[in-house]
Order: sequence, then C-alpha cells, then structure tokens
Amino acid sequence: MQATSSLREPLITGGKTVADVSHDISRHVEAKPAKSWWMAFGVSLVLLIYGFYCVCYLLWNGIGAWGLNKTVGWAWDITNFVWWVGIGHAGTLISAVLLLFRQKWRMSINRAAEAMTIFAVICAATFPLVHMGRLWLGFYWALPLPNAFGSLWANFNSPLLWDVFAISTYFSVSLVFWYIGLIPDFAVIRDRAVRQGNKVRALIYNGLSFGWDGAAKTWMRYESVALILAGLSTPLVLSVHTIVSMDFATSVVPGWHTTIFPPYFVAGAIFSGFAMVLTLLIITRKVFKLEDYITIYHLELMNIIIIVTGSVVGIAYITEFFIAWYGQVPAEQYAFYNRMQGPYWWAYWSMMTCNVISPQLFWFKKIRTSIVSTFILSIIVNIGMWFERFVIIVTSLHREYLPSGWTMFHPTMYDIGEYVFTFGLFFTLFFLFAKFFPVINMAEVKSIVKSSSEKKH
Amino acid sequence: MSKSTKTYWKGLPELKNDPAVIKNADKEFGEDPGHSRRDFLKMMGFSVAAVSLAACEAPIRKAIPYVNKPVDVDPGIPNYYASTYVNGGDYCSIVVKTREGRPIKVDGNSLSNVTLGGTSAQVEASVLSLYDNYRLRGPKIGAGETSKASDWETIDKEVIAKLGEIATKGGQIRIVSNTILSPSTKAAIDVFKAKYPTTQHIQYDQVSNYGIAKANEASFGSAFIPSYDFTKAKTIVSIGADFLGTWGSSIEFSKQFASTRDITDTKREMSRLYQFETTLSLTGANADYRSMIKPSQEGLVVAQLYNLVAAKAGKATLSAGIDKIQHLEKAANELWENRGKSLVISGSNDKDVQLVVNAINDALGNYGVTILPNIPTYFRQGNDEAMAAFVAEAKEGKVDAIFFYNSNPVYDHPMGKELGEALKNVALTVSTSYTEDESATASAYKTPDHHYLESWNDFEPKKNFFSLSQPAITPIFKTRQAQQSFLVWAGEANNDYFEFLSSNWRKTQFARATNAVDFQSFWDKCLYDGVLEYPADAYSAVSFAGDLSAAASRISSNYSAANTGFEVVIYESYGVGNGSQANNPLLQELPDPITKATWDHYVTISQKDAKELGLDNDAEGNTVLLSITANGKTEKIAALIQPGQAPKTLGIALGYGRTKVGKVAENIGVNAYPFLALVNGSISFAATTGVKVEKTTDPFQLAQTQIHHTYMGRENVVQEATLEEFNHNPLHFREEAPKISDWDKKVDPNSLSLWKGHEYNNHHWGMAVDLNSCTGCGACVVACNVENNVALVGKQEVINRREMHWLRIDRYYSNPEGTDVDNYDALEVAAENPEVVFQPMMCQHCNNAPCETVCPVAATTHSSEGLNQMTYNRCIGTRYCANNCPYKVRRFNWFKYHDNQQFAQSNPAMNTDLGRMVLNPDVTVRSRGVMEKCSFCVQNIQAGKLSAKRERRPVKDGEVTTACMASCTTGAIVFGDLNNPESRISKLLQIELDPNRKNGIDKIAHNPRAYRVIEEIGVKPNVYYLTKIRNKDEKKAHA
Repeated sequence: MQATSSLREPLITGGKTVADVSHDISRHVEAKPAKSWWMAFGVSLVLLIYGFYCVCYLLWNGIGAWGLNKTVGWAWDITNFVWWVGIGHAGTLISAVLLLFRQKWRMSINRAAEAMTIFAVICAATFPLVHMGRLWLGFYWALPLPNAFGSLWANFNSPLLWDVFAISTYFSVSLVFWYIGLIPDFAVIRDRAVRQGNKVRALIYNGLSFGWDGAAKTWMRYESVALILAGLSTPLVLSVHTIVSMDFATSVVPGWHTTIFPPYFVAGAIFSGFAMVLTLLIITRKVFKLEDYITIYHLELMNIIIIVTGSVVGIAYITEFFIAWYGQVPAEQYAFYNRMQGPYWWAYWSMMTCNVISPQLFWFKKIRTSIVSTFILSIIVNIGMWFERFVIIVTSLHREYLPSGWTMFHPTMYDIGEYVFTFGLFFTLFFLFAKFFPVINMAEVKSIVKSSSEKKH
Repeated sequence: MSKSTKTYWKGLPELKNDPAVIKNADKEFGEDPGHSRRDFLKMMGFSVAAVSLAACEAPIRKAIPYVNKPVDVDPGIPNYYASTYVNGGDYCSIVVKTREGRPIKVDGNSLSNVTLGGTSAQVEASVLSLYDNYRLRGPKIGAGETSKASDWETIDKEVIAKLGEIATKGGQIRIVSNTILSPSTKAAIDVFKAKYPTTQHIQYDQVSNYGIAKANEASFGSAFIPSYDFTKAKTIVSIGADFLGTWGSSIEFSKQFASTRDITDTKREMSRLYQFETTLSLTGANADYRSMIKPSQEGLVVAQLYNLVAAKAGKATLSAGIDKIQHLEKAANELWENRGKSLVISGSNDKDVQLVVNAINDALGNYGVTILPNIPTYFRQGNDEAMAAFVAEAKEGKVDAIFFYNSNPVYDHPMGKELGEALKNVALTVSTSYTEDESATASAYKTPDHHYLESWNDFEPKKNFFSLSQPAITPIFKTRQAQQSFLVWAGEANNDYFEFLSSNWRKTQFARATNAVDFQSFWDKCLYDGVLEYPADAYSAVSFAGDLSAAASRISSNYSAANTGFEVVIYESYGVGNGSQANNPLLQELPDPITKATWDHYVTISQKDAKELGLDNDAEGNTVLLSITANGKTEKIAALIQPGQAPKTLGIALGYGRTKVGKVAENIGVNAYPFLALVNGSISFAATTGVKVEKTTDPFQLAQTQIHHTYMGRENVVQEATLEEFNHNPLHFREEAPKISDWDKKVDPNSLSLWKGHEYNNHHWGMAVDLNSCTGCGACVVACNVENNVALVGKQEVINRREMHWLRIDRYYSNPEGTDVDNYDALEVAAENPEVVFQPMMCQHCNNAPCETVCPVAATTHSSEGLNQMTYNRCIGTRYCANNCPYKVRRFNWFKYHDNQQFAQSNPAMNTDLGRMVLNPDVTVRSRGVMEKCSFCVQNIQAGKLSAKRERRPVKDGEVTTACMASCTTGAIVFGDLNNPESRISKLLQIELDPNRKNGIDKIAHNPRAYRVIEEIGVKPNVYYLTKIRNKDEKKAHA
C-alpha cells in the first residue's frame, strides 16, 4: 500500500501510469531521430572533426602549437582538464550519494547525469594525454607496468600519478554503475521491440541487457549491486577532486600551495557538475518532451544545491585571501594581489561574478523556479568555474618568485581547438546516448509513479 | 581380425605401376620437391630478417673510420690547442677544444697576461662562425651577382697580370684592413709592398682609438695607446668609456676591475666607479655612481673635471666648463684624495677631449701607476683620417687596385656606400674575406682567407706580449690564407705562410730567447703555451706637454652645455659587436645585457622622451618604429624605452643592417655606420646637431627574454647593500634574512625540514655566484650554449618566451627613490637613472628539489653527488617540473629544434650538415617534448672523475669546471666540491660541515655575503649567491 504525500511536491507530474513511463521514455529510442536531433548531432560532429584536426596538428608539430611558454607550462590544457573532471562529479554524486540518502528526486535525473559524468571524464582524460610532450611514450610510462628498462618505475610521489589512478578508478566505477542501472531499461526496450516485431532491435537490446529476465531474484541482486556500487562511488566523489587539487596543493607555487584546496575543489566540482546537469536536462526535457518527469521541482532542488556549493566556493575564495594576508608570506600575498589587480584581473573578476554572486540569485524562488534563468545561470556558473581554474593555474604561474621570469600567456587557435574538440566529443557522445539509450531510469521512476506523482483527475 | 584385402591407389599411375611411381614409392611425399625443411627455414629466416630490416630503415649517415688512426686523435678524447682569436681590432688568447678533429669550444688561455684567461661572448661564439654556411667555399671571380666559382691558379694568374699592368703604369695599390696585430702578416704585406712600391696599407677600425693616439701624440710626442691597470685604481672616473663592454681591451679591464670589487670580511674596501654617460652601458650598469650626460656635454664635463682637479692642484683652470653635473664634484674630490691611485678615462674619439683627460691623469699622477705608456697596446690603431682620405681617393678614381684584408668597409665605414660605388671603377678589387660580405660582393676577386681556427698566425697585442694561432682543423673549404695570397701575388717562390711565419720567428723571437736550446723546441713551447711574453719595458716618466688652452677653446666651440634638440649616440652592440659576426645566431640570440632584447635592432629612448612622443612598450614588447635623421641620413628603427638613457638622447647600436651576410642575420635592423661622421679629425660616435626624431605608426615587436624589469623589492631574490652598511656590521648587515615561523618563534628556514636530507658520501657539487664581480657581459650564456648544444629558437620563439638558454642573466633595475615597498604597482616602475644588478640564474640543483617529487615517471632525479639530473630518455613532457621550479630555469622542447627546416635559420648548428660539426658529442641533442636544464656540465664532472679514477687519486679541485665558470672573465662563478674543505668554493663560502653529518646537505656558509635565492621555501639550493655591494656612502636605494 502506498499513499501519495500531500505535503511534498509531486516528483512526476501529468498523472503518469507505469505504462506511460515505458512508453514516454522508450519511444525516443524506437522512433527515427528528429530533425532537431540531426542538427544538434551534426553541429557536435563538426566541432569534433575540427577539434580532431587541432589535436592532430598538435601531436604532429609539438606542444609549441599552444601558447605556453617557459614560465606558464600549463594553461588551457589543465584548466580544461580540471573543468571537465569537475563537471563529471555531479553524476556520481546524484546516483550514489543521493541514493544512499534516499533522495528519490534523483531518479529522474541520475541516468543523464551519470552519462554526463562518463563523457566528461573521457573529455577530461584527453587533456592529460595530449598535453604530454611525448604522448606516444607517456601514455604507458605513467603506469606502473613491469618493463624491460631495468629498475624503472613510476614515481609514486607525484600527484600526476595519483591522478592517473584517481581518474581511471572513478571512470571505471562510474561506467559500471551506469551500465548496471541501464540493464533493466534495456530489457524494457527489448521487450517492446519483441512486441513490435523489430527483430534487429530486439537482438541488440537483448545483448545490451545481458538477457535480463526481470525475475524477483534478479531484481534483488540488482538492488544489492547498486547499493554496493553506490557505497564504492561515494568516497570516489570526494577523492577524485581531492587528488586533482593536490596537483596544485603539493607544489611550491604561490597560489597553489594551500591546504584548503581539497574541500574547495570538491565543492567547486559539485557546483559545476550540477550546473552542467541543469544545462543538459533543460535541453533534454524540452527536446524529448519529458517535462513531466523532469519537473520544475527537480530543477529547483538542484538549484538549491548550487546555492550551497556556490557559497562554499565563495567562502573558500575569501578564506584564501584571508590566509594570504594572515600568513604574511610575501610571495603568496603578491600572488593574490596579482589575481585581483594584475594583468589577468578580468579573469579573476569574471570568476567572482559568475561563481560567487550569480548563484546567490537562486535565493529568490522566482529565479530558481524559472527555466530560462536557471538555464542562463547554469551556463554562467560553468563559465565561472572555467575561469576559476584558469585563474588558479595561469595567474599563479605567470608571476612567481623571480620577476625576471614573469610572462604572459596568450592562447593560440590550437589551445582553443583542443577545447572545441572536447566539446565536440562530449556532445557527440551525449546525443548518441540520448538517441539510443533511455535518458531516464525507467525502472526507478516507475517505483515512484504511485507514491510521488500527481493524482489522476 | 582379418587382414584387409582391399587395395587403394593414389592414382592411375600407381595402378599401372608407372616406373616413376615405383621409384619414389618409399618416399612419403612422392617426388622430391627440391626444397628441404632446412631450405624452408632458411627462406623464412631470410624473409623475416629482410622484412624487419626494411621496416626499420635507418637514415644513412657517412661515418668513415680511420684507415690509419692519426697519432694525436683518439675518438672520444678531446685535444686542446692554444690559439688566438682576432676579429677586427679585438684580441683574445684562447684554447681550442677539438673532438675528432673538429673545434667545438673555445676557452680563455690563462697563460696570457693580456686577456688573463678571460673571454667574451663574441670569442665564445666564434667557433660557430667556423661552420657558417655563408662562408665562401672557394675563390670566385666577378663582382656582384655575376660571380662564378674559380680556382686559385686562374685567379693568381689574373691578379698577378693585373698587378703587373698597374705596376708598369705606376698605378696606386691599396691594402685596406682593420688593425693588424700580427708582425708576420705585416712582414708579408711588406714583401708585397716591396714588389709593388706604390702600395699603401690603410688600417682603420670600426670603432678606433684614434683620438687617444692623436691626443698622446700631442701630449707626449708619440701616438701610442697605453695599457691601463685598473687593479691599482681606487677611484675610477669614466666619461663614456664602456671599458667593461666594448672599449679598449675590455676582457683585461673586466678582470682587473673585478679584482678591485672583491669584498670579504677581512678585505673591506673596494674601488669606486663613477660613470658619466648617455646610454646605459655595461660599465654604467656596474658603476657606483652614474650620471647621465648628453654627448654634446661630454667635452665640457671632461674640461670641468679638469678644472675641479686643477683647482686643488693649484693649476690654471680652463675656459671651458659646465655646471650642475651630478656627482662630478664628488668624483673630483675623491680623485684628488686618491691621486696616484686613480684613473680617468674617456670613450670620446675627440683628440681634444682625450688631451684634457691626459692632463687630468697627469695632474693626478696616474701615469706609471694606472696608465702604462711603457706598455703600448696595438689594437684598434685604425687611422680614421687615412681611411677617409682613401675613400675620397677611390671616389676620385685615383686608385687602381684595392685589396680588402680582414675588413669590410663597404658595410662598416661611414662612407661605405660611396666606397662600394667607387669600386666599380677600380681596375683590380680583391677581397680576402672568408664570407661573401658586402666588400667581397663588390670586389671582382673573392679570394677567401681561412677562418682564424684554420690559420697560422702570430700577434703582438701589446709591446712584448706575443701570441700564436695555429690551425685546429684542416681547412674545410678551398680557402687560402690571405698572407699566403699576398706572398703569391708578390711573386714569392716560398709562399707557404707557415714557413714564412716560423722563419720570421726564428729571426725575431728565437734571436731574443735566452734559454732556448734549439728553434724547434722553442717553437713547440711557444705553440704549446700559445703565448710568448717578455718583461715590460721599464717606465720612464712621461711629461705632459699638450696645448691645453687650444684644446679647451676647441672644446668650448664644439660642445654645448644647453643643447635642447635630440642627440644620437652610436655604440657597439654587445652581441653582434661591430657586425662582423652578425651571421652568428649565438650572438643574435644572446640577450643584450641591458635591454635583454634578442635578434633585434632598436633605438633606446628615455622614459621621459617616450612619454612626450607618446611611445609605449607593452609587456609583449610591442612598439613602433621611429624615423631618425642624423648626419643627413634617415632610418626607421624600433623604439625601446630604456631607463638610464639621458633625456633628449637616443642610442643606436652598430652591427646590424648587414645586406650580404647569410640567412641568420638577414633583414635585421639598419646600418648605423652612415650616421657617423668625421669630426675634428676622427670619427665621432655621436650626432649632436641636425637630429630629427619622428614617431611612425609602423608596428614592431621586440623579442626580449625578460619583460619585467624590477625585482619588486624582493630581497630574498636579490640582496644588495652598500659598502657602508657592510662595513658597519659585516655579519649582520642583511636587513631581512628570510625567516619562517615555528610554533612560537621565527627561525632560519633551513632549520626546519620534514626530511633528513640526502647524504653525499663522495662529492657534493655546488656553485657560488658573486653578484659583485658579475658584470653581466653574457659570455657564460654563450659558453653554456656551445658546451651543452642548447638550441637557438629564433625571434618568434623568443617573443613566445621560449628561449632555451640554460643559463640566463637576470637584470633588474631599481625603483625611483622613495618608492613605497608595499605598493606593488609602484614597484614595477624603473627609475629614470636606475641602479642595475645582474644575477646569473641557472638550475639551483636544490637538495630538496621540488621538480623531482612531481615528475610522474621519475625522469628528473637526485644524484648521489647533489646534482639534480634530467633523464631525457625518460621524460614524457608533462612540464609539471617546470611549473614547480621556483627559479624557472627548466626549458621545454616545444618543437623539434633539430633536423627541422623551420629552425634552419636560427639554429644552423642542428639543422645543417656544416653546422652540426660544432655540436658537442658528449651532450645529447634533445628531442621534441622533453624538458632540459642546466646539468652543472655533468659531462665535465664525469670526465674529471674518470681521469682521476684512472690515475687512482681523488678529483682535484679545479679539475672539473663548468662552461660558465671557465668563460667567466671576472671569476664571478665558482664551481666545486662542498665536501672538500680545501676547495676554492668551500673556502670562498667558508663552508662549515655539519659535525654530526659531515656529508649531509646542511652545510653552513659563514661568508657573510653568502645567501641562497628564496631561501624561505626550503628547497635548499646548491647554488649560493654573494650579496652585491655598492661602494656608496649612502644607504641603499630601494630596489
């Protein structure tokens, strides 16, 4: 017996039945893609191809194709890397942490968020790869593989090596978690295909669903696996960005060398991840007409998380400044002065405006329940988070201890091109996902259709 | 079981009992296929091998082993030959390092008492000029573009025929050269002259000391250029003489000057240098007191100084003079206090100015102490007037034959263009230049001389100081030594120059030798040492007899105290010098010591004038061209705003604007020689009237290696103090030794560490850099480039801030007086007339190296001897190490700099077959995508350790040097073993070993001047710096 709460906002609107859920979500997989899908996919593919050219140019000619120099050894490459990894945080947080906390509102959004995580991590991983001077050796030398070079081994002191492990672990666990969740839904599509007499689709989705039979025993195992994976993923949400932050925190660079980085980076990652989920879901619910499943209420809850994490990030910024002043280390004081007043002041103030000021607008109910303003702010937040990484990396490096080495960084078309490449990759993958995979976890949503949906009139 | 009766046949032949079948019935496979299993394996083996060989096709490089190994060439072991560098009027006694018969490095010859083992950037770079692709491959006939390759017989026949014609009709023959220091060359020219008596030998120099010679003639009756002894000078006043950079025997002067700047807690005095100059020169940058004057005031400043000194000496003052020159009175007072141990010099080429300088030195009694007329020097003795007369003659068509030897006047003479035109009407024009330069192009016969590293010669840079040069390589091309050419053309049967030279020495030097047994051993000894020196003549007092009042009245009329217009000063570039080595990329990419610009020609302009003209140099070096008219010539040159430039003056370097020069220096800058003019009998290096400056809108981007010019008040980077402060308390004069916070107190940063630190049981290599002796000249930068095969990247990549120099010299200006040290924006502004400090910066080989921990693949690691070492093969190029290097000394290979046509222009040493010969075989040429940095010349350390091991002894101190230390004329860089208490570095730094851990990293340097850069971050570098001490009365100005 289930009762519908009269206090809570319904999570599913439109008075959906269980059959509606299957139908609404599966039909996008079954139907021919819409013109709008083709257009979006085409644009993504063009970006991907252009970006791929830039990547090839870079690999053929050398890292000199970028605008880096003797003082600024990382700029857009690692900025983009951290940015994408950060974005990749929301998926796991939504599916794992919120699962453990029994937040049912995650059910409509976790699938897309997890897909986003996986694609974002793939995009992120391209940067550490292409930024290497000798990718053809680096891609396997950075792993502790037994080799014929004598006693050569990876350097476990290096945060870059920690990154390799953190990212690859996160990626594998997220991928498995996501796929496990997809299995019952693939089975739904298979079953529908069988009924519709589409043998090819039935065959493919049967394979993808690993022959899911829907037995009670299978469901039981499915639930246990999901719970275990959620338990495994939860610490990863914290560890990945903690380790990424250590790329900076363990160095001696003023502006990097701070102990606040791990929590500050994790908060920032969730902040940007949720913003990206919002951007994508607002488009998806519109394109696939899923407004009843991804409701304003969902968006509002996510906006609240954005206020919280945005405020954490804001406090972290202020704390950094306070410590720079309080710590009385001249190089650090200058580094923070230079952020605000130096040649890259515009990047700093863009970051402050986008990350600290703009999310505070969500305190207004009107703004946080408006789709247009949510969409705009979600993009602004991600612009701000990109600038945050740029500010940390470039403005710290370009003016360090010895003024003789101070330089400026100017991006070239290849810096931009590699970023475009990841956008192309991300959206190409996302659109393929949206077309061929169920974008909402049907199995889970069905569990709340009764308890948390609008009453049928 | 019954036996089967069935029979099966393999085919009809078997059924029919065909004989062929019966024959092979016992063989499993029937008829023998002709190939055995072994054949199959053989063929397979061959195919696999062939396919694999074809797959890994290696480029074919010719490496031909010796059939008979030469006795003195051991592959892998360098040979050293003493020799002599001469270029134009510059001289340096050197030791050439050769590997497998190829000269790869030039070092100073410490046996020479002229250059004292020092070198300069140009000397260090000259080894690459040997492998210049623009060198003439052989003799050529025909002027201009139509010239054709020829052979020596044809050319000799034609030249001798033409000379014969000219001689019969009594035509005029001229040999034009820079100052010739070589007695034997002069003798060879004399042989030529004897054959053709109408020959005149004209000597000129791009930058001559003609004014000094003329003044000495007027003062003492003999036109000599004296030696100077800066070691005895307590007060030095220089009026525009850049004696540490380009004036006179600058290598020798640098060494002497540095010895007076050495400060320890026991020797607490040093010389004081006053510099009065227009453009900020290397000497001005090292001066204790520097005043800005305009060139139009120069003569008056000297006259005023005379007046001030004369007033004290009770002599009559002069009619000329000038007031309100900063520090002049103070300088005069100190000169008088230190009379007899002071020195006044002037860079002016005006004989009247030099006459007054002579009078001042005479009044101060400096002759015989700091000025040595008894040791006349012979370089830069060019005669400006004779050269001007020659050009006029040539223009008038009065000359029938011209031979250019060791000179290029079509480019580097103010009237070079006219001379070039006139050459068309001269019956016989011959150039012996080893490249097809401007004069060679304009000459009908190009008879290339050897490069100096391929030549025999002798030199006498100073009276009684001789040196030899010997070939360090067989001539690479079909060139012939110019002296031999002269002998051939003079019709000498014995025209071999080596024979000529040695017989000349037999006649002159061997005759003087007192203890030599036979000529051969005498000769071998001289060749081995490279130098032959006799005691100087005794000083016999000179008496000044110049006509001061006439000079003063000419000064009054030629100079002006209040010229309001713009004035131009022309100076020799520190990199490309007078332009003769312009095609050397090592020099083009060497940052100018002051401006830090590379690959560029520019005009320096004061901050004030720049403001008035609305000029700005942004952080990326963007500027505009200025249109400058001087001496009736107009040129457009990029503007560079230069602190220390006197207001209303401009500085323009010589050495650029070459037109026939080769790929490297093509299209760089404009030729500044035409701005020069003959004034008062000698070439004046300033234009004081008729100068027009206009700003254009043509954009230009300067390539500077340093774009931030002050040290932002960071005393943990650069420490300086005044002598006053040092003497007040030598042990605790440092105001703010960095401290870090422990729980309850502030402590020395070196006392806190998470780690116990390395222990170095054998050697502990370290370096000390004395900021007081470093003049910033840049010789070490070039030496490092040559020794370590450092890639040269060209102008665009310098603009992209990707120069590869392992060793750089940071140059910082002070802020204006009274700058608030807490105002970061104000700290970025350099003073109008700044104090300058130079800080050589290379890998600090930190004991707690931040680069080592962050490398994911352990490509940069710590050696057991304290070196931070780079394993290029292992590097994957994440650049994390460079980001985490607080000193920013790591250099990344952004592109493939070798075997890449993109860099052929800037880096011929790695991209052309000829250029590659200069590479040091002991050092890897780095590939794209890897990090590199200073290795403390680890190849030298290994070589030193190996030879010590072979001889079963410990490494001796001084046996292992780094290229920078070896090249440093002033001895500012000392490298050695910190574990060895007897080593020079341990003594210099007064190292105390930790009694508990003798070989540990924590060694205490008791030298009160010793500090390490940004000590507070605890990386514990192995490079120590010694605080710069300025000899000032006041407390230091804030930097």
